[in-house]
Amino acid sequence: MKAGAKTLVRVENVVKHFPAGLGQSVKAVDGVSFEIVEGETLGLVGESGCGKSTLARLVTQLLPVTSGKIFINDIEVTKLRGEKLRQQRRQMQMIFQDPFASLDPRMTVGDIIAEPLVNFGVMRGRKRSERVQELLKIVGLNPNFNNRYPHEFSGGQRQRIGIARALALNPKLVVCDEAISALDVSIQAQIVNLLEDLQREFKLTYLFIAHDLSVVRHISDRVMVMYLGKIVEVADSAGTYTSPKHPYTKALLSAIPVPDPRIQRGKRLVELSGEIPSPLNPPSGCRFHTRCPIARVPTPCAEVEPPLEEKVRGHLAACHFSQDV
Amino acid sequence: MPTPILQVKDLHTEFLTDGGVVKAVDGVSFDLYPGESIGIVGESGSGKSITALSILRLVPDPGRVVSGQVLFHDQDLLQISGEEIREIRGRDIAMIFQDPQSSLNPVLRTGFQVDEAMLAHGKSRAEAHARTIELLKQVRIPAAESRAKDFPHQLSGGMRQRAMIAMGLANAPSILIADEPTTALDVTVQAQILELLGDLNRDLGTAIVMITHNMGVVAGLCSRVLVMYAGEIVEQGPVEQIFENPQHPYTWSLLRSIPRVDALRHERLRSIEGLAPDLLHPPAGCRFHPRCPFRIEKCFTDEPRLQEVAPDQLAACWVTMGRARKEMGADDLIDIRPGAGSGVRKGELTD
Repeated sequence: MKAGAKTLVRVENVVKHFPAGLGQSVKAVDGVSFEIVEGETLGLVGESGCGKSTLARLVTQLLPVTSGKIFINDIEVTKLRGEKLRQQRRQMQMIFQDPFASLDPRMTVGDIIAEPLVNFGVMRGRKRSERVQELLKIVGLNPNFNNRYPHEFSGGQRQRIGIARALALNPKLVVCDEAISALDVSIQAQIVNLLEDLQREFKLTYLFIAHDLSVVRHISDRVMVMYLGKIVEVADSAGTYTSPKHPYTKALLSAIPVPDPRIQRGKRLVELSGEIPSPLNPPSGCRFHTRCPIARVPTPCAEVEPPLEEKVRGHLAACHFSQDV
Repeated sequence: MPTPILQVKDLHTEFLTDGGVVKAVDGVSFDLYPGESIGIVGESGSGKSITALSILRLVPDPGRVVSGQVLFHDQDLLQISGEEIREIRGRDIAMIFQDPQSSLNPVLRTGFQVDEAMLAHGKSRAEAHARTIELLKQVRIPAAESRAKDFPHQLSGGMRQRAMIAMGLANAPSILIADEPTTALDVTVQAQILELLGDLNRDLGTAIVMITHNMGVVAGLCSRVLVMYAGEIVEQGPVEQIFENPQHPYTWSLLRSIPRVDALRHERLRSIEGLAPDLLHPPAGCRFHPRCPFRIEKCFTDEPRLQEVAPDQLAACWVTMGRARKEMGADDLIDIRPGAGSGVRKGELTD
């Protein structure tokens, strides 16, 4: 974490349960706390169903929390409703995964980018269209494209349009939910570089969510790993990679194919037994114990839930045996 | 040198669209040797999947294979009758697809769908079923007997892809074509599936054609790699050599544009500027020249052919990275805009 920097986002013990009938509920996010400081990029990784997208939607208040608190700039946004919440939204914008589904096909690119300005009554007439052209230029598109429609653009260009829309109101926090996952490799690099440039230029804070740990490691200052609705590890991105303190992080790392035949062939895969358990009825104790290669069952792993605690300076993990990882 | 089990020669596949003819595969040739595992890499629209579909004559409308040969055991798969190609599909050459969800029939039990692959090739019901259980075990589906009775929606994504692989292996084919088999899966599941494919390749000697956009997947599984760009093979050769010393600027750029999880420090990614070309109007000369930092005048007008740049390694480039490194300082280049290395900046795209 950057020393002396101000905390922008504070998430305290946030829970989100979705009702699933028969009195059951999907425990998508189940007691999560973390902070994001101004100007940093916090990466969030985990496999499908771990709750990372739900968490993104909670932070941006697109979904109400079941319990817990979220503060943005010391304002408790989980308490706000209606117009007050809407005003807070100016500060937090989102970039979505699917560049095809997230742009209205019947609006021109100019209208898409201007929509946040219209919604908040920011700028009018000529000034507004100048701002749109400026935003197009910022994201590396031709400013004269404002009269075109989304279908005239490639996936990478559409993602740039989505980024321009997110930046329109000068937000503080930008949540990128799998923002580059749908793009081709060579285009991914362009967008990652663009996001890094924009962060520097506009002092943005990112919550960067992806399943691809190599991209997350590249772009993030700190990385947070989620498993079945819980955070299992948080550390700076080098620490997560070089000395993971949770067996799940280690397994995840070992599974990533490295584009180097010599390293990739010599690598040993940490096999995880079985499948990810259902979030309807997560395992007792440590949620990972059913698949963990170093778990000691029944005690303590199947009985006592390990707290997320500092194992080394600035490196948090939730594991009873993190020294054995 | 053993004889190739499959030879693709000068394959051309086109799509007739309202806008004109799209040459999706434009003169692709390669050999596959018994027991070998080759990777075909490229980005979307490069023609890698259409190449695979062309081999088995599965190209969807309005596409058609317009010329070339696909030789398998001395017969040209593009010339034989529909009856004959159906015999070969699934028996000698099997294919698995990206999305196991939509490739399996949701109203039939998983086990029965694996049976079907064998029933189509003359096995009896009892024989087929016994082999299905054996196959499901081989692809490491736990509790295979009861899983065989499950419908696809009752299985997880990884499990469904395993069932697809079991189906592909049902008739012990000599070639398995895998089209992005792990793209829709989580990394830990992907790693398990890749390990499984590697074991099958080693233990059963099944030759594998792996189609993927993921260079890491190729690095782990394949011994040779073909790199495709805009419908053509731009570079091919042994995996170690291509990763160590790529000679085509596209391969070189692609390898440098991916962030590595084992990177020691943060370096800006070397993206490839611009977009992949529109295949309705492919650029003249080398198809990569509008995006290439090392293009020379010739690249704008003359199309390079694949030629040997190192033992077993072919690249289609007038410059090649050997020269770009020596004369254009490629390794230290920070500006990666088209023509930045060579100084040939004419015809710059303004968009």
